[in-house]
Amino acid sequence: MVQFIIRRTVGAFVTLFLIGAATFFLFVAAPSDYASLACGKDCSPQRLADIREALGLDLPLARQFWDFMSGIVTGRDFPTGHCSAPCLGVSFYSGDMVWSTIMDRFPLTLTLTAGGAVVFLLVGIGAGMIAAYRRGTLVDKVATGASMVLSSFQIYFLGPVVLTILVYSTGWMEDPKYVPLTRDPVGWFIGMSIPVCVLATIFTAQYTRMARSSMIEQLAEDHVRTARAKGMSRRYVFLRYAWRGSLIPIVTILGIDVSSMLGGAVVTELTFSLQGIGRLAVDGAVNKDLPLTMGVMLFGAFFILLINILTDITYAWIDPRIRLS
Amino acid sequence: MTTVTKAEGAPAPTGPGGFLSVRDLQVTFSTEDGPVRAVDGLSFDVDRGRTLGIVGESGSGKSVTNLTVLGLHDPLFTTVDGEIVLDGKELITATEKELEKLRGNRVAMIFQDPLTALSPFYTIGRQIAEPYMKHTGASKKAAWERAVEMLGKVGIPHPAERARDYPHQFSGGMRQRAMIAMALVCDPDLLIADEPTTALDVTVQAQILDLLKDLQREFGTAIVFITHDLGVIADMADDIMVMYAGRAVERGTVDEVLRAPRHPYTWGLLNSMPRLDSDLATPLSPIPGTPPSLLTPPSGCRFHPRCAFRDRVGGGRCVTESPAPAPGHRFSACHLGAAQQRTIFADEIRPRLG
Amino acid sequence: MKEDLVLPAARGAAADAPPEPLLEVSGLVKHFPVKGGFPVKRTVGAVQAVDGLDLTVHAGESFGLVGESGCGKSTTGRLITRLLEPTGGTITYRGRDISHATRRQLAPIRSEIQMIFQDPYSSLNPRQTVGKIISGPMEINDIDPEGGREKRVRELLEIVGLNPEHYNRFPHEFSGGQRQRIGVARALALEPKLIVADEPVSALDVSIQAQVVNLLQKVQRELGIAFVFIAHDLAIVRHFSQRVAVMYLGKIIEVGDRDSIYARPRHPYTHALLSAVPEVTLAPDEAPRRERIRLAGDVPSPISPPSGCRFRTRCWKAQDRCATEEPPLVRLSGNRDGHLTACHFPEEPSTGARAEDIVLDPALTALEGERTD
Repeated sequence: MVQFIIRRTVGAFVTLFLIGAATFFLFVAAPSDYASLACGKDCSPQRLADIREALGLDLPLARQFWDFMSGIVTGRDFPTGHCSAPCLGVSFYSGDMVWSTIMDRFPLTLTLTAGGAVVFLLVGIGAGMIAAYRRGTLVDKVATGASMVLSSFQIYFLGPVVLTILVYSTGWMEDPKYVPLTRDPVGWFIGMSIPVCVLATIFTAQYTRMARSSMIEQLAEDHVRTARAKGMSRRYVFLRYAWRGSLIPIVTILGIDVSSMLGGAVVTELTFSLQGIGRLAVDGAVNKDLPLTMGVMLFGAFFILLINILTDITYAWIDPRIRLS
Repeated sequence: MTTVTKAEGAPAPTGPGGFLSVRDLQVTFSTEDGPVRAVDGLSFDVDRGRTLGIVGESGSGKSVTNLTVLGLHDPLFTTVDGEIVLDGKELITATEKELEKLRGNRVAMIFQDPLTALSPFYTIGRQIAEPYMKHTGASKKAAWERAVEMLGKVGIPHPAERARDYPHQFSGGMRQRAMIAMALVCDPDLLIADEPTTALDVTVQAQILDLLKDLQREFGTAIVFITHDLGVIADMADDIMVMYAGRAVERGTVDEVLRAPRHPYTWGLLNSMPRLDSDLATPLSPIPGTPPSLLTPPSGCRFHPRCAFRDRVGGGRCVTESPAPAPGHRFSACHLGAAQQRTIFADEIRPRLG
Repeated sequence: MKEDLVLPAARGAAADAPPEPLLEVSGLVKHFPVKGGFPVKRTVGAVQAVDGLDLTVHAGESFGLVGESGCGKSTTGRLITRLLEPTGGTITYRGRDISHATRRQLAPIRSEIQMIFQDPYSSLNPRQTVGKIISGPMEINDIDPEGGREKRVRELLEIVGLNPEHYNRFPHEFSGGQRQRIGVARALALEPKLIVADEPVSALDVSIQAQVVNLLQKVQRELGIAFVFIAHDLAIVRHFSQRVAVMYLGKIIEVGDRDSIYARPRHPYTHALLSAVPEVTLAPDEAPRRERIRLAGDVPSPISPPSGCRFRTRCWKAQDRCATEEPPLVRLSGNRDGHLTACHFPEEPSTGARAEDIVLDPALTALEGERTD
């Protein structure tokens, strides 16, 4: 198992390096001139050359790549100042360090992801399990029906509806906003509760359906029947035998969902006018701000790889066949 | 420990009083295409220390019957009628709690594929200890020791270490031994074995069958042994019930059913199966056609569309009239008269068997 | 059925002159690599599925291959049909070495060697009609029979006992036995000279098995097609095959004509295998019993098979020599011509009951010992 984790971690770093290289060469080696983009409309040749030098674009490509990659590990110096490791460069557009911009936005994204995941896992899996346990009863029908309806909603529809009801027409709550947890825990909770709940609602519906069908599948397994034939109670078999097996598909989807949300929940952020990683990625793309776009992309890739490893470790924890092979 | 000697060939006691007694069992599944009568009017008895072999092809209802005995069918889609009496206790009307106390304790089951029938998530030892703790109230430690003892009994080398292994670390034969250990851990009175050796290799099958027989002698367990393999049934059973399309077509002792069979379906099975000593010059005579769909079972005798002898029954009764299940131990659900059956077997069937 | 309908000249297996070998396999080896290791994954071992196999199949003959799971019989079938590439050894078909032939080189031979699979459900494409499935091989090989492909398919359906009118039906409209007949028709479409049938009846119900066995037997005899019949059911192999090879852990341990293998086996494993077959005995109880041999444990892993004789770890006659020296597959004194056995200490050629049963299983000896004490 330790060997497995080490191997996967090494593999993840190699993959990150390759992704970095790919993004670098795609963007930097592409046949368009970033300096002139940064220079703007009234650009003099002298100014252009200055910008080239400042951005290091006058250096050979290999050197530029080396500077970029080593900057991530050791930091690097720009004419505008020192960029400490992990240095992802300086935004063309704002002149800020990309890393610190990402770090400014990340707490919001993390709150959205973690908060959403906690809610949709607890409620979604719980409801799915209860529906499976009481299969065919009214409880099951209500849970199945509700999740069908909710999972066909979209955030950009449900979000404004909730905002209209809770904020604009009644004034019960304020517009969602992000307050750092360390500064004001209560404000953090209240400020983020609407976006987290709306995001979680839609995911909850999907997880309810998935948990239910996964559980029903498990209940039909031979080994579950054996456990019942041994005289173990229905509840015991449900919680000890069937539940564990039903987690595997849920963990798979959870890994995909969480890693994509950490890379930025664009629609949610836009719907609630929040400034998270997703918004940053959009800004970077709109402004042709290459260092920012590359930075956000690498950051997202990092989480995809990290969560992939965590997912595999979870599989091994659930299923000894994976652990011992 | 009781030692039960097998009375070879002696007829089983008839009438009520079998340890397990099933009367007029009807099992119906509701499916998308309509109701399916998987078991239709089945009656049989199993006595202590004896083995009843149930033979049938897929869809004959042999496995369904035995899941129903333990109440393991899916209640959402299944209706059960009739009577299942275990040692004087009616099981169809029993509550879930009462059934839980019987399962794994007085009645245990062994399934076909030991790889899927054991949970991949828990150690072998834990899976064996679990029912022992539940039914005897033993401590975790005592139950574990019992599990190790049972593993040793069924021939797992180094049982104390192997108990800590997971099922996938066992070979196929070892898994089925573990399954047997699990079934016998509470010393049940009745063991239901559903195709327990079908997934195993032939040399391993021979070991497992002998193990079951030896353990039965030691524990005095009654066994219901379900299989599609006549050879296995000949080896294992005292009594045989042949099932076809949800009904019993023939019943009797091993000797009676295999050496003097009376039902055309039993003849068909014997004729279509090559043996190690059969005459190679005689081609196999298969039963024509295929087993019927239970959604639309044939009228009258369910075997009549495939039966080569239906013209010997007057008045087309095979098509219109279902042969009534006769009382008594020896029984053949066929409109042919007993004498006629004996003559046909002696003159037409037996010579072809070589 | 009109036998002369489509038959190529039937090559009757004349008993007098030894027929030309159709297929010759020598020293055949197939190892599947096992990956593992740290920090870099590499090949750390091999599943020795087939490990030095010699066999000959004559034209029009039916050759049986029996053995338990993991013995390599299915792999052998796939090697012969070249669905797999051998790791070593040679496969010679009608004098041509096809062991490492490329797709292009194999093309003319592909039509002559066909395969029938175990599972009639997964081996037929559910989205194709029966007509399409059966004519598929003709299309691929660009063969236009006289009267057109459809006519040929209808003939084939009739040969295998299906209604030619069912040409346009889909596989799910047929029962398991009928699907296996479709599989047979597909194999026959190109008038093959050799059919490898891998457990062709083991997925079928007992009453249906006989139908398919009889069909295969008819095809084999009337069309003069050679068969390699792979099965674990010893009685069915006996019924179908003129010569039989017994495999254990990737090797043939005994081969001979049917009668030698079933009535006069010499290898202890063949004895154990035959003794393990549960049988309906029609004779009364007093009739002489068969010997009772109960081995201990399961077959060892083919990743690290025992040295010397591979059966020695489960053999009651094993001695030191068995661990160091691999017994060659040879004709023992007293064996008939063509009856070869790979054993240092062969058994008597009889399957009758012994004075004392051979019971190696510790659980059985314990339980049965208790009783006799």
